[in-house]
Amino acid sequence: MELGPKILGHLGPIPITETVVWGWIFSVLILAFAFLSTRKMQRIPKGLQGVAEWIVEFVYNMVRDVMGEAGERFAPYMGTLLIFLIPGSMLGLLDCRPLAADLNCTAPLAIVSFVMIHYNAVKAKTAKGYIKELSSPFAFMLPMNIISDSMFPVTLAMRLFGNLLAGVIVMTLIYHGLEHLSTMIGSPLPFFQLIIPLPLNAFFDMFEPVLQGYIFVMLTMVFTSNARQVEE
Amino acid sequence: MTGITSEALIMAFSALGAGAAMIAMAGVGIGIGFNAGKTVEGTARQPEAQGTLLKLMLIGVALTETAGIFALIISIMLLFANPFV
Repeated sequence: MELGPKILGHLGPIPITETVVWGWIFSVLILAFAFLSTRKMQRIPKGLQGVAEWIVEFVYNMVRDVMGEAGERFAPYMGTLLIFLIPGSMLGLLDCRPLAADLNCTAPLAIVSFVMIHYNAVKAKTAKGYIKELSSPFAFMLPMNIISDSMFPVTLAMRLFGNLLAGVIVMTLIYHGLEHLSTMIGSPLPFFQLIIPLPLNAFFDMFEPVLQGYIFVMLTMVFTSNARQVEE
Repeated sequence: MTGITSEALIMAFSALGAGAAMIAMAGVGIGIGFNAGKTVEGTARQPEAQGTLLKLMLIGVALTETAGIFALIISIMLLFANPFV
């Protein structure tokens, strides 16, 4: 059994996987949506503009709730993460591999979040305050704090990846099992696959992506606003 | 020890290790249970704080879950991407 994403072709020495192609498709779709929904803006939104305004308002309210008024400028990044990760992880509904079930998708996002958090920490506290906070409460705790801080992107990437990969494995096992069951009773068509897996699909391909994407964004927000807090 | 290649032996013990790694999930289950139970207690005491409590619970569950996810990834690595074979 092969577990990794399908390799569709090679670009020189670089393999092009399913994840990369779907990532491109989603980027183009999001760009097209943003362009189409804001092309003819009206005072009273209707159609696509209403959807876009609803998304933007939701993201801004969420960021304002967690990070306060000062954190509002992070809303575009958080919103991008949300609208990329949530539909991208629902690809299991189309019998494709979810984007986030590939470590090559989650790790870069986690690294971007990590760099953003520490850049903003240095910016808010100055380099001296940043090092002072790292070596609190005692100077010899510095290596410990560095280790625990550098585990953040690892856990962030692994959490999303592990959860969705577990979903993929469970769904694969269930579909194979149902196919086997229907051939056992002598049917040429795997008709058991028709209705029975629907609740599991709803859980692993619709609920889990929303929850995990939300948690990814939530943790990024919490850590960013913690990093920006200056202690008196 | 005739007929058993070293590779088969490694695979056998990797499978055992993959199973043993998942014992970590017991602790994660207890942790998440505690988390949810305390949230229910808090909500019963102060129903108007439900939204905040739910948000905090989700973060707590996510942080607790990490240990279990690491165990899952280790066992998946042992089964599918074994570094010893």
